[in-house]
Amino acid sequence: MEGVMSHESDLNLKATELRLGLPGTEESTAKNNKRASPELVDDGQLFKLESDAKAGDRETAPASKAQIVGWPPLRSYWKNNVQSKKTEAETGNYVKVSMDGAPYLRKIDLKIYMGYSELFKALENMFQLTIGEYSEREGYKGSDYAPAYEDKDGDLMLVGDVPWEMFMSSCKRLRIMKGSEATGLGCGA
Amino acid sequence: MAYSFPEEVLEYVFAFLSSDKDRNAVSLVCKSWYEIERWCRRRIFIGNCYAVSPQIVIRRFPEVSAVKIKGKPHFADFNLVPEGWGAYLYPWISAMARSYPWLEEIKLKRMVVTDESLELISKSFKNFKVLVLSSCEGFTTDGLASIAANCRNLRELDLKESEVEDLSGHWLSHFPDNFTSLVSLNMSCLGSEVSFSALERLVSRCPNLKTLRLNRAVPIEKLPSLLRRAPQLVEFGTGAYSAEIRTDIFSNLVEAFSGCKHLKSLSGFWDVVPAYLPAMYNVCSRITSLNLSYATVQSPDLVELISQCPNLKCLWVLDYIEDAGLKALSSYCKDLQELRVFPSDPYGAEPNVSLTEQGLVTVSAGCPKLQSVLYFCRQMSNAALIAIARNRPNLIRFRLCIIEPQAPDYLTLEPLDTGFGAIVEHCKQLRRLSLSGLLTDRVFEYIGTHAKKLEMLSIAFAGDSDLGLHYVLSGCESLRKLEIRDCPFGDKALLANAAKLETMRSLWMSSCSVSYGACKLLGQKMPRLNVEVIDERGPPDSRPETCPVEKLYVYRTVAGPRVDKPDFVWTMDEDAALRLS
Repeated sequence: MEGVMSHESDLNLKATELRLGLPGTEESTAKNNKRASPELVDDGQLFKLESDAKAGDRETAPASKAQIVGWPPLRSYWKNNVQSKKTEAETGNYVKVSMDGAPYLRKIDLKIYMGYSELFKALENMFQLTIGEYSEREGYKGSDYAPAYEDKDGDLMLVGDVPWEMFMSSCKRLRIMKGSEATGLGCGA
Repeated sequence: MAYSFPEEVLEYVFAFLSSDKDRNAVSLVCKSWYEIERWCRRRIFIGNCYAVSPQIVIRRFPEVSAVKIKGKPHFADFNLVPEGWGAYLYPWISAMARSYPWLEEIKLKRMVVTDESLELISKSFKNFKVLVLSSCEGFTTDGLASIAANCRNLRELDLKESEVEDLSGHWLSHFPDNFTSLVSLNMSCLGSEVSFSALERLVSRCPNLKTLRLNRAVPIEKLPSLLRRAPQLVEFGTGAYSAEIRTDIFSNLVEAFSGCKHLKSLSGFWDVVPAYLPAMYNVCSRITSLNLSYATVQSPDLVELISQCPNLKCLWVLDYIEDAGLKALSSYCKDLQELRVFPSDPYGAEPNVSLTEQGLVTVSAGCPKLQSVLYFCRQMSNAALIAIARNRPNLIRFRLCIIEPQAPDYLTLEPLDTGFGAIVEHCKQLRRLSLSGLLTDRVFEYIGTHAKKLEMLSIAFAGDSDLGLHYVLSGCESLRKLEIRDCPFGDKALLANAAKLETMRSLWMSSCSVSYGACKLLGQKMPRLNVEVIDERGPPDSRPETCPVEKLYVYRTVAGPRVDKPDFVWTMDEDAALRLS
């Protein structure tokens, strides 16, 4: 009967409720009727999240504050148009790297490298090979491998011809070519 | 004497009345004036699609050529109205298709529009001219294709900020080769690339094209070709404004812009490469409106651009402009009327730019015509608000969003009551106000006492008790729309001011303390209001009566309870109250 059904608070269903989140954290909706003092709103919640994170919990709280639905009042249409550029800035520029003959591909974040030499060092490390010296005329000399990439237009290009910044923005995936196919690319012919 | 003029004369006189308020007043004078007026009203505005039904509208106004309808409440913009709530266009179109075959204009805001509706529009109204879809959703580019293909006399297609399911850019190619009537096209919200040659040809053959707002997919190199074909443009929105730096692209752009002697408004500017901004400099002296809200460019570049625009009246910009940029704005743009500053990093924990309350104070001091403000920032003080109020008593719209909820005056740590109090006290013509920061009931006392012309008020995370809500409902004589979220307002103030709600368009309250019982009582007391409880937890009567409802939307209506409610909306009406108690 409905009359017998207790109030949620009496049964303390909240304590046994299954929720995602760190133990001890409250939902972030401001249902409290009291005027929140600055400490409570700013530091209370934030400190709670930070200290729990320090406890080494794998499910760490996000770096920015716990987000309230619909706040700040920005249209998702607008957010998609401006923020999309930003998230790219934050999450890195991951591209696939394939090596001829390897069973599976790898992924690297181009953003973390300062230039070509760092990139090559990383690739050499990852695939246990040497890339050789770049020369405009002859491509990569002194090795069986040549790094190539697929650009925005889908063309296969030799890595190293353009300035690093331009390469970073146009590179869609990397391909480490091997053997005669590789040396053929760099030929002056 | 009511009979001193023949009908034709009265009709002729009424034709000069364009404002709805005037026409409504005229229709109340006497029965014969009501009759004459209703037969000659051509333009109708429906501020809430559920306040009236299509049948009632058509019955009263048999010969309408332009319709403007608004649907969901404003807070739907911030995802507070659940998906599927309502505001469907179709019933309106299907009714109007039968009764208004000569309908020319449809302007919508926050409505759910389907491809079916768009197709029906395109086939039912032979002289259809204007379609404006502002913040609408529910349709795809296929719907746009129907409009393009069938509306032979289309003048305006403006998708404003609608959420369109973008299947392809092919819709644009549906405009027939002999279609030449286009005056305004705004497709900035679309993602897909349209056929550029189709766009070029369209622009070439429409000599009256005054507004062209492209989408992000149109690259900068292609702009000159379009501008050269439409030197008569008054409003132009670019696509992505970036490319590698090449002198030929730059000089083409300069030349193309110089050909446009009538440009007044610019927008677009996604992915801006600052080096290309100077290409516009020779049109800047005529520019009155600049929308840079997608331009992720730093302050110095923004200042350089703005300093070329002495006639600027309206600026929308990101907070990259910083206080320094706003100072420059206030010295270069003395005609400025509207300023909107958006946050580049709203969810970051720390400020990423040097934009504070100072920027707004400076603009308020330097721009004597400033009347409309929307400002996102991270700190505010009572002193700043008081200064703004004293500097700019001519403010009409003041919307302040301090990003941290309940942030106090950062200097004194006090609530911002006196600051906002000064705003309403000095700005006697204020029509719209959005509050933020730490606020007690006191600010509402100030608002109720002074804000006599206030029509729309938005409140979030503010107040201490019902007294706050009571001050507003009992004091704000001109209030039409009130939207509240996360405030400790409950039953008392609402029930005590029930009659007030019939004088308003709508009231929205979410995450407040209004109980289900109070909602039922309100619905019972006020039969001409729709008291809608929106609750995704399930039927409200599965919980105690004292339990607060998740969301409450109350609006006056002559159409009775909605018949298209989803399963998470309940209308409190007389019958329901009797049935459930």
